[in-house]
Amino acid sequence: MRAVDALMECLKAEGVEVVFGLPGGANLPTYDAFYDAGIRHILVRHEAGGGHAAEGYAKATGKVGVAMGTSGPGATNLVTPICDAMMDSVPVVFLTGQVRTELLGTDGFQEADTIGITMPIVKHSVLIQHPLELPRAVHEAFHIARTGRPGPVVVDIPTDLSRADIPYEPITDVHLPGYQPTTDGNQKQIRLAAKALANARRPVIYAGGGSIGASGELTELATSDRLPVTCTVMGLGAFPASHPQWLGMLGMHGTRTANYAMDEADLIVAIGARFDDRVTAKLSEFAPHAKFVHIDVDPAEISKNVPAHIPIVGYAKNILPKLTAEYRALEPDPGRLEEWWHRINSWQERYPLSYDDSPDAEIKPQYMIQALYQATEGDAIVCSDVGQHQMWAAQHYHFDKPRRWINSGGLGTMGFGLPAAMGAKVGCPDDTVVCVTGDGSIQMNAQELATCAQNGIDVKVFIMNNGYLGMVRQWQELFWDRRYSQVDTGQFPDFVKLAEAYGATGMRLTDKHTLVDQMKEALETPGTVVADVRVAPEENVFPMIAPGQAARDMVG
Amino acid sequence: MGEPGTKELLSLEELEAAGSFRTGRKHIVSILVENKPGVLTRITGLFARRGFNIDTLAVGPTDDETISRITLTLDGAVQSIDQVTKQLHKLVNVLKIRDLEPTETMARELALFKISADGAARAEVMQICEIFRAKIVDVSKRTLVAEVTGTQEKIDAFERLVRPFGLVEMARTGEIAIARGRTET
Repeated sequence: MRAVDALMECLKAEGVEVVFGLPGGANLPTYDAFYDAGIRHILVRHEAGGGHAAEGYAKATGKVGVAMGTSGPGATNLVTPICDAMMDSVPVVFLTGQVRTELLGTDGFQEADTIGITMPIVKHSVLIQHPLELPRAVHEAFHIARTGRPGPVVVDIPTDLSRADIPYEPITDVHLPGYQPTTDGNQKQIRLAAKALANARRPVIYAGGGSIGASGELTELATSDRLPVTCTVMGLGAFPASHPQWLGMLGMHGTRTANYAMDEADLIVAIGARFDDRVTAKLSEFAPHAKFVHIDVDPAEISKNVPAHIPIVGYAKNILPKLTAEYRALEPDPGRLEEWWHRINSWQERYPLSYDDSPDAEIKPQYMIQALYQATEGDAIVCSDVGQHQMWAAQHYHFDKPRRWINSGGLGTMGFGLPAAMGAKVGCPDDTVVCVTGDGSIQMNAQELATCAQNGIDVKVFIMNNGYLGMVRQWQELFWDRRYSQVDTGQFPDFVKLAEAYGATGMRLTDKHTLVDQMKEALETPGTVVADVRVAPEENVFPMIAPGQAARDMVG
Repeated sequence: MGEPGTKELLSLEELEAAGSFRTGRKHIVSILVENKPGVLTRITGLFARRGFNIDTLAVGPTDDETISRITLTLDGAVQSIDQVTKQLHKLVNVLKIRDLEPTETMARELALFKISADGAARAEVMQICEIFRAKIVDVSKRTLVAEVTGTQEKIDAFERLVRPFGLVEMARTGEIAIARGRTET
């Protein structure tokens, strides 16, 4: 069979349900194979939309996402999603077309050095050089994307090779001598960590995106005693926000309680988190009293930013049950945490998340998220773009389950939200999927409204429209003397008309008193809906650790 | 050092002082890799991304034709190599990395020197070559080509001695290394 037909067989063998992509000259053979392969393919309107959709699918389902593009501009349009998937450890396989082998390196039409361009932002990549290599390369790509610390893998396929006739035999064994992730955690280290935890008087569990797949195990550990838990923006949902041991998100726009607890902790158990600069704030003053247990599947994360006293390399899912068992066996005295909880509770009472509501009908952005929480009964998959709305959604939509909060945390990619929501909805058709976005972000991939409308992908988009690139405006207001430079987006375009032009339903919501009901109406309206929610234009996200400051000096 | 998003003016001194932990010694890193296209680019790319300067680099086959050995030297006084070796481990085609202990390692480099040596100078240059056990591999009317092997330091010393005679050009391979005793490199 043709190498591309073998490719289809490989995708089926990997359990691929859906591919997001856009055809072009160099991947014509692949698209010919799609014609009768029986794999669902969703035609996106821009390759970046397809890449982020594959990410949204992967984040919502935990399976490997697949995105495709042609050579040259098709591949360069995928660069942002590839980098995004790398930063947030999202398992996605990117299949790119490439010019025929005799044109490689000759500046052929639509030729770009895809492997070279993407080299620093992939977990792995391969340029197929012989058609017989293709099936194994595809299986290896899925294996690498899915295991260890997940990430993007690029398979670049020259068009002539994809038409070659090859014998195909299913491949069941993938063995990569240079890629053997440590998965189980060292038992001695786990025992040490349990002891440290049992002796700690002011412990905090700090859980990141790596704990999303170990939510049950994390909750089990935390509730085996009264261990307080905070999550990064990537980890939200790994521990239920309605639980009394929940401190809220930590970091630049986290709760005071979470940040103060980190600041005063004597032991921090980091689980699948990487001490990002948005979490540590001023590194030299980060958690000055704490010892660190660091659980991560990627050994390169251990002691990268903060030296770990007890490193444990492996999957959180494998390590946490052992840690819980060792911890229980030590029969720690729960009374030792009394004083700590007393302190935490006093912060919680003193510094709840709050904002000044408007005296009139004006919608405060924070209220918009609270209204959305009410309208969806707290049970939607929320896909966010990047900016103020993202932080407010993270603060005010309380996630009780994992894989319900999908955002671009590491790269901070505006334009991520809508396509990610599209991918999430395709992966989880029975769930309510909403996209919380801004008037700036939505326009960076608004073309995917056409994809949603055409394919009946019921995504409900709520644009937090303040007429500004709000987060940049906030920084200019607070740190650059209110010199608002290039942040005013005005009221362009008319989002209701835009939605209608794309075949979606458009709504404009301007009154806080009717907001919840109108949001419910939007959610109940069949098909793709875009709600243009006009909010107070100059509201700021607080609390905040100002740049260069320590957590204890939060403002707002 | 101030956060990039703020107005704070950064001084050049502050920028330069913001380095990470450094070991202060030369490192010889031996890397076994799968002999596949692009592997060297991935490795050097990792160094480049972190602003590291590779002092020398040597690549060649091993006893197994599917595996190549890359030997590179770095100055630990100007850069911290721990993060980079961890990142190297993550490359799928990298099989093994060793940061070799200088005292437990045999390291050798080969160099070719083209030295102007006519008249009286010629005898003197040849005497130096003899002391350094350098081989004369080419002779012309006005020049000699000498081949020297040894540690980096020996070759540096040879260079210092012959330079006054007029060094026309020089080519060095960069060090390759192997662990002493029975242990595998």
